[in-house]
Amino acid sequence: MKIIERARKFSSGKLLVYILLVITSILSLFPFYWMFVMATRPSSAFNSIPPTITPGNMLVENFKKVLNQIDFFGSIWNSFVICAIVTIVVLIISSLAGFAFAKFTFPGKNILFIAILLTMIIPPQLGLIPQYFLISKAGLLDTLPGVMVLFFLNPLGIFLMRQYISKSVPDELIEAAKLDGCSNFRIYRNIVLPIILPAIATVGIIVFTAVWGEFLWQFTVLRDPENYTIQVALAQLSNTRNVDFGMIMSGVFWATVPLLVVFLSFNKLFISSITEGSVK
Amino acid sequence: MYSAYLYIAPFFIIFAIIGLYPAIFSIYLAFQKWNGLSPMIPAGLENFKIVLTDSLFWKAVYNTIVMGIMGTAPQILFGIIFAYLLNMAFLRFRNFFRVTIFMPYITSMVAVALIFSVLFSDHESSLANYVLSLAGLDPVSWTRSEWGTKLAISIMVFWRWVGYNTIIYLAGIQSIPNDLYEAASIDGASKIQQFRHITIPMLKPFIILTVFTSTVGALQLFSEPTVFLGNDAFTRDEAMTIVMYLYRDAFRLQSFGTASATAIILLILITAIAAINVYLSSGIGRKRRNG
Repeated sequence: MKIIERARKFSSGKLLVYILLVITSILSLFPFYWMFVMATRPSSAFNSIPPTITPGNMLVENFKKVLNQIDFFGSIWNSFVICAIVTIVVLIISSLAGFAFAKFTFPGKNILFIAILLTMIIPPQLGLIPQYFLISKAGLLDTLPGVMVLFFLNPLGIFLMRQYISKSVPDELIEAAKLDGCSNFRIYRNIVLPIILPAIATVGIIVFTAVWGEFLWQFTVLRDPENYTIQVALAQLSNTRNVDFGMIMSGVFWATVPLLVVFLSFNKLFISSITEGSVK
Repeated sequence: MYSAYLYIAPFFIIFAIIGLYPAIFSIYLAFQKWNGLSPMIPAGLENFKIVLTDSLFWKAVYNTIVMGIMGTAPQILFGIIFAYLLNMAFLRFRNFFRVTIFMPYITSMVAVALIFSVLFSDHESSLANYVLSLAGLDPVSWTRSEWGTKLAISIMVFWRWVGYNTIIYLAGIQSIPNDLYEAASIDGASKIQQFRHITIPMLKPFIILTVFTSTVGALQLFSEPTVFLGNDAFTRDEAMTIVMYLYRDAFRLQSFGTASATAIILLILITAIAAINVYLSSGIGRKRRNG
């Protein structure tokens, strides 16, 4: 009883924990808030001392300037097309391979699986230059498919799928289906796929967000503003002669908000995908 | 049974074309002199000699390591502290705190670099310089001074990634069985002793994992300095990283041989430094227990 009473009572230790966490949250959130403030202010507001920290009324005007500078919606669309296609392709490749590694026995299985894990250590920059020439030889330089192909390679996806399929798809179910004369592909489509929907969500989120935010490869492959993804287009905003901070922040704000809305609505799913992707 | 090979084939086919072949070709290219257009000329070790005697390359190595240490080492310390706080049994609004700490990670690196390029601009009126002036300090040139640039980029890397590490450590802490803590408190161990002798050693695999990913990530730093510095990124040397040096050689100077040599050197550096760091961090629990 005494212990419970003590826990209920106000303690300075608890207060300290809350204070530390509130300060951390403020430091985490402040740059987002400040991005919003700057996106609603003229560039001149930036010169005032002390700095402006309340929103102004130029939200729409600054965004119009962004639209004059870059093809904002076009590049969002390009990014979306790339991410959507890459995610679907990776999900198909990794769930098929994960299924094979989890539920089949075949010669060389362990060695091949270890080989896949080993490919994760190759740093992406090692192949950058040959990849660039490969893409250009294939006539894919400065095209969206040229960006996509590199991301089709995703060993982590196979690893996560294998883990999930081996623990959640019962062997008996597969045996029973085989006795009923199901082909392997039908087992995959009608039994495995419906069971592994959570893993599909996890891998899908990991792949989509990683490709959405990637910069080096997109920056290397894409030249024509018409083909820019949102990351490459945003990077151009600060390359103008007269840097307009209000305009830059407006571009960043409108590119970030949709992502944050999706994240905040599905935050538990997002966070668990990240921990599953790395803790296992 | 043989359909298994069919199911795993797509990965290996794609890997052969866009993973393995480029990696091997890179090694070949490192020994050639090539501008991308005219035929390649065998160059022996010339490219490695050019890179290793280039003072800019060593500046890039120095910059990468300094920013790597400043940007990632504090993440491990703060990540563990935040995760520990977030796991407190009495805590309310736990998910709110977890989400806010994680939010920067969702934001793309380009967006983060642009936000910070405005927060840390050279103007006297930039927010970073205003905060310094409140403390009675002189304004810093965040994009043109040796340490100002590195500090701004390190803070940016820290801000974006600390939530990621926190979430991993939190998952780790939650996997520690509660009876360990109960047994320790029956034995009269204080909260701080429990943290040192139970939490930290049990978190070791998670710490090793994040040390590995942070080391590899830090040595590959590219987007943050490139976008943060904008037009100046490839003409100034205060924040030039190894990958930026490689990129500049290849796509600005059309010197693909030396760029490939740099890629090989980078691979060796990553392997060596990651191995050392993993070795050092795997000693964490042991040292604590003996000490």
